Amino acid sequence: MKINDVILRTVVKAVVFIILTLGVYLFFAGHNAPGGGFIGGLVLGSAVVLLYLTYDIETVHKGMPFDFKKVAAFGVLLATGTAIGSIFFNVPFLTQAAREFHFPLLGETHLSTVMIFEAGVALTVIGTLVTIILSISEDE
Amino acid sequence: MNNIIVLPLIIPIVTAILLVFLRHNIRLQRIVSLVTVAAVSIIAFILLLEVQTNGIMKIDFSGWLPPFGILFVADSFSMLLVLTANIITAICLIYAFSTIGGRHERMFFYPFVLFLIAGVNGSFLTGDIFNLFVCFEVMLLASYVLVALGGEKFQLRESLKYVLINVVASWMFLVALAYLYGTLKTLNMAHIAVRVAEAGQDPVLTTVAILFLIVFSLKAGLLLFFWLPGSYSVPPTAVQALFAALLTKVGIYALFRTFTLMFTLNASITHMLIGVMAGITIVLGCLGALSGRDVRTIAAYNVIIGVGFILIGLAIGTEQAFAGAIYYLIHDMVAKALLFLIVGTMVYLTGEIIVKNMNGLIRHYPLFGWIYFIVMCALAGIPPLSGFLGKVLIGQQAVEGGFYVLLAIGFGSSIIVLYSLLRIFLAAFFGETSISEEDKKPIPKGAMASFVVLALCIIALGLGAEGIAPYVEDAARTLADPAIYIEAILGAK
Repeated sequence: MKINDVILRTVVKAVVFIILTLGVYLFFAGHNAPGGGFIGGLVLGSAVVLLYLTYDIETVHKGMPFDFKKVAAFGVLLATGTAIGSIFFNVPFLTQAAREFHFPLLGETHLSTVMIFEAGVALTVIGTLVTIILSISEDE
Repeated sequence: MNNIIVLPLIIPIVTAILLVFLRHNIRLQRIVSLVTVAAVSIIAFILLLEVQTNGIMKIDFSGWLPPFGILFVADSFSMLLVLTANIITAICLIYAFSTIGGRHERMFFYPFVLFLIAGVNGSFLTGDIFNLFVCFEVMLLASYVLVALGGEKFQLRESLKYVLINVVASWMFLVALAYLYGTLKTLNMAHIAVRVAEAGQDPVLTTVAILFLIVFSLKAGLLLFFWLPGSYSVPPTAVQALFAALLTKVGIYALFRTFTLMFTLNASITHMLIGVMAGITIVLGCLGALSGRDVRTIAAYNVIIGVGFILIGLAIGTEQAFAGAIYYLIHDMVAKALLFLIVGTMVYLTGEIIVKNMNGLIRHYPLFGWIYFIVMCALAGIPPLSGFLGKVLIGQQAVEGGFYVLLAIGFGSSIIVLYSLLRIFLAAFFGETSISEEDKKPIPKGAMASFVVLALCIIALGLGAEGIAPYVEDAARTLADPAIYIEAILGAK
């Protein structure tokens, strides 16, 4: 039996972008408000899972040819890397630095190394989430 | 800046992640993992020496001063354990190289061993009780994978039990932490000790202490060891040895920290309870070791006896008893690793697990047989091997403190240990062999090397006890006088 999923496919095409935008928003909001790498990562990961549910694994894999185990590993590497970075500056482990920068268009922007750490967390969450869902779906 | 203290945690984690990218380059994986563990051992040794000259060292993460931030603390006790744990892991890795098989190696075996050791190191080093919970979880998650890796039916059965019991224990740990934070409003171990001393250890705090006792007993296999023999007998030999040497010992470490530093005021209840539990543990462990028919069960029950014996030292609670317990703890880690490696190799060589069905191993493998003999003597506490000094110190203090029942149980257990292991020796090593010269499987060179190194460690720990004495005494002094620890963390009051 052929499943008719036109509505699902059409809706998902739009909804995925909304979810991705929300994920990115949550990620950046996390510095001073609810959100952050973990929650942002979960939302971003759920968008990827939604794509996998709607289209088959091969199609999505063509668009995103990542090994999500390695995405998770890269995330941990990024997070631990910023923590270790502090050792080389001879300040206590995990110390973070932050500064105000002036960018054209964006204006005054607060940038900190916490963001890199959080990006690592987000990548780890996305990688782990997608790996779990994929390994469940691969089961006979 | 004492950033070096955090290296035993962070180096294994980073290299474990790097190994994920090197999944198919097995040779490189082996080299990197071994170098990592060796490097951490060297760092631990340097730290141990520095602690002797500088006193207890600490690193406040991100510069948040205690009691507000998380910190790592290096004192002699924790550094001795980190050093021993990493040396044993290195030796178990050498054993694993020649025995674990390509299937495990491609399924991230080495990264998970490194995660395990990172969790173990973190648990030994942390000075914050919530962080202890986190490090426990890192270690346990890696151990879940290592138990189940291989996917055999019996492995999945035992790993399910193992995961469930540990999830329940972790949940109880969290509840105990919530109670503790609710009553004392702090999670820094030294600060908890100060607040407990200020408030006096009232019934509520004693209840919290007993909750922690239950949690750590589950992890250490003190009385609540029903999960241990099953889950320790299913994974590959190298993993069994790692578990036997490290996992229960982390629980023991947590018990020592909790009941020497934090909850010391109501010793008539808590320490009496530990003594009773240790006594019962030894008796039950002996019964298990005597009634066991297969080699792995006998070895697993020997772990339980060891746990009980070490905690007698905590129950007695004098400085010399702590020193004895530390000696015995280090000895037990090395000897149990060797025992499990040998037992696993016996199963591999004969294809049997029942003691009675093995015979004459010493004819084909004389060195292997005599190394078993050495570890047997060490576990029974025969001088000059490593188990002797710990037993003597704990025994002396038991006499002085009037703990005659524990003394009788503790030393009675030595005879049972000797009997249960001698039974294997007589049945499996002596006698005529039924395997012909052509059919015998060779012991891989790497495996043999790991036996020899561990056996040398046992002999060195016994003969060279004088050499590690200053470190052990310093560790025992810090345990007996928590003010030293508190002052190092919170500054002089």
